[in-house]
Amino acid sequence: MLKYIDEFRNPDLVKSVVSEIHREFSGKPIKLMEVCGGHTITIFKYGIQKLLPDNIYLISGPGCPVCVTDIGYIDRVIALAHIENVTIASFGDMIRVPGSRSSLQKEKGHGIDVRICYSPMDAVRIAEKNQNKEIVFLGIGFETTAPAVAAAIKFAADNKIHNFSVLSAHKTMPQAMKALLDSGEIDLDGFICPGHVSAITGVHIYDFITSEYRIPCVISGFEPLDMLLSILMIVRQLNRGKAIVENQYIRSVREDGNIHAMEMMMDVFEPVDTEWRGIGTIPGSGLGIRQQYRIFDANWKYNIEIEPVREYTGCICGDIMRGVKVPTDCKLFTKTCHPEDPKGSCMVSDEGTCATWYKYSARD
Amino acid sequence: MKSNDHITLAHGSGGLQSHRLIRELFLEYFGNEFLNPLEDGAILHTNADKLVFTTDSHVVKPLFFPGGDIGKLAISGTVNDLAVCGAIPRWISCGMIIEEGFAIYDLEKIVISMRKTADAADVQIVTGDTKVVEKGNADGIYINTAGIGTLIEGVDLGVHQILPGDSVIINGYIGDHGAAIIRAREEFPVSFDIESDCRPLNRETIALLSKLDGIRIMRDPTRGGVATTLNEFVSGQAFGIQIDENRLPIRPVVQGLCEPLGFDPLHLANEGKILIIIDPNEAQSALEILQSILGNRESRVIGQVIEEPTGKVILKTSIGSSRIIDMLSGEMLPRIC
Repeated sequence: MLKYIDEFRNPDLVKSVVSEIHREFSGKPIKLMEVCGGHTITIFKYGIQKLLPDNIYLISGPGCPVCVTDIGYIDRVIALAHIENVTIASFGDMIRVPGSRSSLQKEKGHGIDVRICYSPMDAVRIAEKNQNKEIVFLGIGFETTAPAVAAAIKFAADNKIHNFSVLSAHKTMPQAMKALLDSGEIDLDGFICPGHVSAITGVHIYDFITSEYRIPCVISGFEPLDMLLSILMIVRQLNRGKAIVENQYIRSVREDGNIHAMEMMMDVFEPVDTEWRGIGTIPGSGLGIRQQYRIFDANWKYNIEIEPVREYTGCICGDIMRGVKVPTDCKLFTKTCHPEDPKGSCMVSDEGTCATWYKYSARD
Repeated sequence: MKSNDHITLAHGSGGLQSHRLIRELFLEYFGNEFLNPLEDGAILHTNADKLVFTTDSHVVKPLFFPGGDIGKLAISGTVNDLAVCGAIPRWISCGMIIEEGFAIYDLEKIVISMRKTADAADVQIVTGDTKVVEKGNADGIYINTAGIGTLIEGVDLGVHQILPGDSVIINGYIGDHGAAIIRAREEFPVSFDIESDCRPLNRETIALLSKLDGIRIMRDPTRGGVATTLNEFVSGQAFGIQIDENRLPIRPVVQGLCEPLGFDPLHLANEGKILIIIDPNEAQSALEILQSILGNRESRVIGQVIEEPTGKVILKTSIGSSRIIDMLSGEMLPRIC
């Protein structure tokens, strides 16, 4: 038995929530978007869509941190990796992401030094142990990972570990959701909001979606029962003509989030405009390293020049990330693009929409 | 030869030091009537009609892990490849590539482990070779073992024997070896107790094949895990396999390791497991035979061969839905959040 996990995979409880959704759903087609790779995985891994009424469509938004990272960033990382003495430290799934011309994995075969980390602090420790090397950590991810990266930078500052730096492409979620809604490309009836983001930020970051756009938001956990309950909560809001932010993931998310983590994050980072793959530049949606910590900012430390960015012809990762298209709409999907040789970022990470479709269901 | 010495290039030169290494270490532990004359090859006798021949190279990091080491792995891996083909494993060759500077003490531990495992599997190491490469050109030690076994009379295993309705059996917990290696690498800062399941499986396969007629195919789900082996069974075939998630024997500690890392236990390596496809009427007897042998208590039927969809492995999920199980693609990389 795994505590806090098995209870949320209990088949009897799942059955009763599923029948409740079927009983309460009006039948009028609705589109619900999740914006977290972890949710995408749960939906596919447990076959959640198959349990739902036909007219409830679940679509994936820009929730996979690897997928939303723009190609130019990968190109810059590869350029950095080729600077003498530089060691790249990264979470595992970044190393397979294709840039314009190569990926870290391919370059590894040509002698660059790449280390896989489980936490940003691993990278700091590598820096401590290898004083003659420059360790650059790839800071990607949302509000969930940014505080840990901030903590690593503060630790390096306190301990004067100056051969450590971060190439930040951190992003924040609410602005991306706003950009999607403002584009008018998709007609959404509800957001299944990322529980781990809210564990840090608290529940109020989605208030503008319910008040300005009148779209129900439910902050959801990651087990099958969590997601089904969240879907039921959205269905009930729609039935009652409501649009409010509700918190299904109460066992992890407090109303105010994790104030300490937020302070840590905002001490080190400041909002900057940033490029989202497939969406474009979204004002204020990125996290740049503040002036005060700039010696830990790889962008400041190194003069990185790259050739113009090249997207793989035919790749529709951008459309998929915006929820406008699904993987099977892509001509490359399963033909020339598969997990062994990904052409776009959505096929790389386990959380990517294309990779998840490929792995769990696309070939049903 | 002192155990606080280290391997030098001279140990691989073919000269005096090579001979000392062979006599004082390899013959000391591996010695038998085939190996002792130190001829260029071993002359083997058998009355068997058919022989099974296999080879496997072993590279593992770290070399010593909870529940085993590269030596135990090198013997078990080759024995198990022979065993699941329906053979009685008999003779093993051992080729070692050793990095200059490798501790003789560690080499001796590996050699002792190989001998112990060979004894447990009732096989003899009958020929061998040692090469030493300069420091930096190898990662400690690599071991290649080839093996010859005699096919049990009348045995004809293979994908061609599989029929819809057949049962799928596994002889115990899934993913222990993969989890033990992750643990031993200490990359993930959480401590938990898990041992590799690494061991020879020929007692199990011989017992099954000598008592039952309905075994269609057996395979050891090593790298790529149970998911990959099941996909190998169905690939291009006119049947599929359905596995029931609720019946999968997975230790909570292995499941708990996989959850945060985003790994699937079905993709973790096993070194002491057999997947068996068998006539459903004999499944219960197979379980009883397995459970009578030490180390197979958690044997169970985990699924069956189905007519549709063909060529696919389907998992009936714990919450009553279903999904595809795919082969492992690339190496397993921990995800970001």
